[in-house]
Amino acid sequence: MDFQVVILAGGFSSNLVPLVSKEVPKALLPVANRPVLSYVLDLLESNNLKDLIVVVEGEDAALKVGGWISSACVDRLHVEVAAVAENVGTAGALRAIAHHLTAKDILIVSGDIVSDIPPGAVAATHRRHDAAVTVMLCAQPVSGPSESGGSGGKDKTKKPACDDIIGLDSLKQFLLYIAKGAEIKKDTRVKKSILCAAGKMEIRSDLMDSHIYAFKRSVLQEVLDQKPAFRSLKEDVLPYLVRTQLRSEIFSDQNNVEENGNGNGKNNMQNNEVVLSQILSNASLPSFHQVYESGLDSRKTHKCCVYIADESKYFVRLNSIQAFMDVNRDVIGDANHLSGYSFSAHHNIVHPSAELGSKTTVGPHCMLGEGSQVGDKCSVKRSVIGRHCRIGSNVKIVNSVVMDHATIGDGCSIQGSVICSNAQLQERVTLRDCQVEAGYVVCAGSEHKGEIFARK
Amino acid sequence: MESRRNPRAVVDPKVRQVGFFTSSTQQQPDPISSTSASSPPLSTISPSGNSLSPVMIPPPLHNSSDTFPLRAAAAGAAASAVSPSSFSYSIRRDFPDGSTTASPGRHSRGSFVKSSVPVASSLPGIGMDSMAAAKSSSVPASGLTTVSVVTMPPGLSEKASGMEVQSDQKKPLKEKTTKAERRAIQEAQRAAKAAAKADGGKVPPVTSASVASTSVKAAKPAKATSQKNDVTVAAGAAEKKGGPSEKDRKKDAPHPRMQYDDESRVVKAKRRAVVKQTEAKNRVELFRHLPQYEHGTQLPDLETKFFQLDPMHPAVYKVGLQYLSGDISGGNARCIAMLQAFQEVVKDYSTPPEKSLNRDMTAKISSYVSFLIECRPLSISMGNAIRFVKNRIAKLPITLSESEAKAALQSDIERFINDKIIGADTVIVKHAVTKIRDGDVLLTYGSPTAVEMVLLHAHELRKKFRVLVVDSRPMLEGQLLLRRLIKRGINCTYTHINAISYIMHEVTKVFLGASSVLSNGTVYSRVGTACVAMVANAFRVPVLVCCEAYKFHERVQLNSICSNELGDPNAISKVHGREDINYLDGLTNNANLQFLNLMYDATPSDYISMIITDYGMVPPTSVPVIVREYQKEHLLV
Repeated sequence: MDFQVVILAGGFSSNLVPLVSKEVPKALLPVANRPVLSYVLDLLESNNLKDLIVVVEGEDAALKVGGWISSACVDRLHVEVAAVAENVGTAGALRAIAHHLTAKDILIVSGDIVSDIPPGAVAATHRRHDAAVTVMLCAQPVSGPSESGGSGGKDKTKKPACDDIIGLDSLKQFLLYIAKGAEIKKDTRVKKSILCAAGKMEIRSDLMDSHIYAFKRSVLQEVLDQKPAFRSLKEDVLPYLVRTQLRSEIFSDQNNVEENGNGNGKNNMQNNEVVLSQILSNASLPSFHQVYESGLDSRKTHKCCVYIADESKYFVRLNSIQAFMDVNRDVIGDANHLSGYSFSAHHNIVHPSAELGSKTTVGPHCMLGEGSQVGDKCSVKRSVIGRHCRIGSNVKIVNSVVMDHATIGDGCSIQGSVICSNAQLQERVTLRDCQVEAGYVVCAGSEHKGEIFARK
Repeated sequence: MESRRNPRAVVDPKVRQVGFFTSSTQQQPDPISSTSASSPPLSTISPSGNSLSPVMIPPPLHNSSDTFPLRAAAAGAAASAVSPSSFSYSIRRDFPDGSTTASPGRHSRGSFVKSSVPVASSLPGIGMDSMAAAKSSSVPASGLTTVSVVTMPPGLSEKASGMEVQSDQKKPLKEKTTKAERRAIQEAQRAAKAAAKADGGKVPPVTSASVASTSVKAAKPAKATSQKNDVTVAAGAAEKKGGPSEKDRKKDAPHPRMQYDDESRVVKAKRRAVVKQTEAKNRVELFRHLPQYEHGTQLPDLETKFFQLDPMHPAVYKVGLQYLSGDISGGNARCIAMLQAFQEVVKDYSTPPEKSLNRDMTAKISSYVSFLIECRPLSISMGNAIRFVKNRIAKLPITLSESEAKAALQSDIERFINDKIIGADTVIVKHAVTKIRDGDVLLTYGSPTAVEMVLLHAHELRKKFRVLVVDSRPMLEGQLLLRRLIKRGINCTYTHINAISYIMHEVTKVFLGASSVLSNGTVYSRVGTACVAMVANAFRVPVLVCCEAYKFHERVQLNSICSNELGDPNAISKVHGREDINYLDGLTNNANLQFLNLMYDATPSDYISMIITDYGMVPPTSVPVIVREYQKEHLLV
């Protein structure tokens, strides 16, 4: 279909400290015991997109991600990994691999999404309108744990209610305005010409940008070339394209090529061409771009389209610790079709090699990885426990994520926390809404609430 | 010709009662027919229309502008006065037959070949290199590391090879296995067919399942059992192949006029459909045989499958989406869009090994066409264009190399667009403008492209006239036309078809467009056209239909029931763009309520004064002549 797929898998994310580290780049953060990148790859593979370029920040991270992909996806996908310098931003990353982009359109997918929205829909909308850029929007997720809300609920109330402010035209096809909610303090600027041309703008704050974009390759490359200061796709490139949609500075090359035809003999042909394009454009309701273009001659426009995903589809971006908790909960809970596991009758997954002590209960929406051992009289509710964990007796784990090879001593109580791999909790530790870095040892008998355990 | 027309005159009144046409006694204020109640409506046609047997029609014009003035002058001289009873069509005796037309066509073709060869020869690799060289950015370029490689089917690996050296050595091995597989499948099919034959007994050896499904007429109810056997065989074969291949799709393409009230056939058609088609529940009894789907569900479903349709060409896919979403409508625009997509297909085509271009490309085009049919039923003009393309492919000399053949095809398609559509429109405009005089009040219905051109051209010639744009829900195409006419400074009146009988008082001429003109002179056009034509006829206003000759078809259709298109039923129950207005809310799922949103209707030739086509201005009775004399030429060009 003449699409190239670029996955921006990022590298290190300060929002996710201490879950990510040098050893675990963001793309490999486990969600229900699978790296988050695998969800993106699965989504693309199920849509028959098998030629992928994964862009990772930093050589080390790239090596790790590449290593994982080659072990997991060999013979299924044709993946190429590109390492870019750190802190170049999404636009910088694309600039670095721009010379590898050859297809007519580029589909850019963020590497940290867990979703079941088919990317084909974006691509189809993009093609149908012949747009310069198409953005997928989806409904703002209802985040925070549904019950027994710990810190999540509190975090949410502190956060601004909306991430993105999005302006749409009356048919919800075109993007007229986009800004991050946090950027808008008191007032904002909206292009008058766009407002006049579109007639009506609908401002939505209940939608968010899903970081799945379809770009026309020529447009993307030109913008990246012309504006070397642009660092981020979402914060620089996209608003720029939206802002300039009625006075486009791109697309200049295409018409030149047509005019360079061989002289006078073409005159009749060109006339035909004009009639032809007129017939085609008269055939349908003109978009406001066309109206504007015809009103003031020699104006060039490009279209910025949106695809609004169905509300029933699942979509989460893993960009904060809260989101990490949500994703883990949902993937083995409400959105369990994404996980790819088959659930037992009790709505949980207990690997056959996991060992459970006597009087230990594993509730619904739980997952117990391969080779983990759980002692006697334990209780596990709505939690994900990784591979080869050792959990003592009388341990209570609720709403938490325990990664591979963690050790939890007897009598611990863990709620709403993340225990990273190889971490160790000694006896009778009580954690509530804490994050424990990989390899950290929490001393026996301590009681903590809302803390981050990391080596300085 | 006389003898051919007689039986129709007998049949006609009976048909009137079945279709949408009101009975002839009511509709004919014409003194001739009202005096004798038994006389068929045919008699309203002037005697000149009936005594046309030695009609001579000028040869087609291939967009060579030097002949226009001559022809326009001839037409203008012949048709200085227009009245409903007197027809005028230009006759030229310079060319007794159309034999001279070959030379301009050949000439233009040669020039196309020259211009399009370099395009075809450009390779993807060149583009990439030059791009890499032209790149100028501050960020250091980063290389790609292939970490995972797939053994892809040959079709998929094409794209990857442009970017990275990929597993090429696996290709030949793959070919061999497929060949062996194909042999095995063939054997299995043969065996299965033999078994089926033994069971059914009645099936002739050539009738495979696919053939049976495509030829509706050949299948008889008596064969039901044998057919069922064949279906299972076909399904089994498809499973073995791992999904229906392109070729199967082509063979199984639904017959253009499949009867959708035949349940078993519909089920079969649905199984191979690309577009998910949920049938609307409440359908009007009389139109059960036409396909009607829940429109809301098709587009999102097709969109999600964007990347899963491997054999589909992106250009074709885009056109299909545009048909489905209604972004492109109107006969000419749809036809042009389709032909341009086919040009893209030809451009990107490369013959697979061990196949011949002629056969493989025909199969490909057929599979694309069946996809387009699923998006929206074909119009007759598109059918003609497809026939042309296929014909050109079949006629390609085997001696041509692939790039030559591709260039020839591309220029052929280009020529079809330029000559048969755009060129035809310019000729039509030249003819029709002679009919517009100062002080005229012209009525048009909907948004016909040809008529729009006529009006604009007449305005450019500083003719003083007024335009009445008649429109109808739910498409409201007239508004678009109105917008464009007003922008050019033409004095317009806009009304809906409900007011047609009132507004017709002031009209001096009616200009209509057509989706197709059938060989009995019936004009098949946007629904409502028949109504306008009849009212105009009642008011003795001449009705001129502008229609390019490539839209003519040899089919004879007496009513608008047997072949039509059903639109989105929601379109008439809701107001577009206003979700808050929903007067029929709560009734839409009522079993007693059926929506009928017809797209086309048929206007009998009796109500048409003249058809303006690229062969001149002819009475509707001359259509069969054009079809007979020129159809072959259309397809061969």
